[in-house]
Amino acid sequence: MKIHLTSVFVDDQTRAEHFYTEILGFVKKQDVPVGGTDRWLTVVSPDETGGAELLLEPARHPAVGPYREALVRDGIPLAQFAVEDVYAEHARLSGLGVRFTQDPLEAGPVTTAVFDDTCGNLIQIATVPR
Amino acid sequence: MLAYGGGVADDVFRALADPTRRTILDELAERSGQTLFEICGRLSTKHRLGLSRQAVSQHLAVLEAAGLVETRREGRCKFHELNTAPLRRITERWLGPGTAGPEGSSS
Repeated sequence: MKIHLTSVFVDDQTRAEHFYTEILGFVKKQDVPVGGTDRWLTVVSPDETGGAELLLEPARHPAVGPYREALVRDGIPLAQFAVEDVYAEHARLSGLGVRFTQDPLEAGPVTTAVFDDTCGNLIQIATVPR
Repeated sequence: MLAYGGGVADDVFRALADPTRRTILDELAERSGQTLFEICGRLSTKHRLGLSRQAVSQHLAVLEAAGLVETRREGRCKFHELNTAPLRRITERWLGPGTAGPEGSSS
């Protein structure tokens, strides 16, 4: 068994597409209309286009609001992405106006930081030793 | 100062009596303005304190009631900040006002 798709709920798919591709640097993989304005919209890592896809899913279900609100209030990220260097990404993304709720923090061998994806989620980036 | 000597000071001493709460203050002194997630992460990874999020939340509530921690909402996140003012007040009880530092005892 392997993980091929996971999802985050996003307030607005157009904004999410911009943020996840233009700002974070992922590549759009699938973009299929699924009724109304909703799309089956997935992105992948440019280094691994055949790897796991991230679905940017519309956040319209009534349970999503309270669920994400409670997590964001406590600073809890919904997904984690690996980066080469958390400090460099923090500097790059801050320069692009991304707001961090946790600046880089070294915890043993792992360094992490948490930012706001502007679509209703907090995302953690981590440098994990190989 | 005399008016302050009652219940509020008791809250500060009670809050400080717990080693986990002192560790939380240590971490907030290192970087003020942390989410609950960051505080929990620091306690578990740096201090090997396996506390539930609820337990950390309760410790923070005690610190906040004592005035040692203040919370601020920014966007939809809640950040915790260190407030050292109550510490200064409790030391003034014995050291006198304006003598918080060691140099205050001269002359």
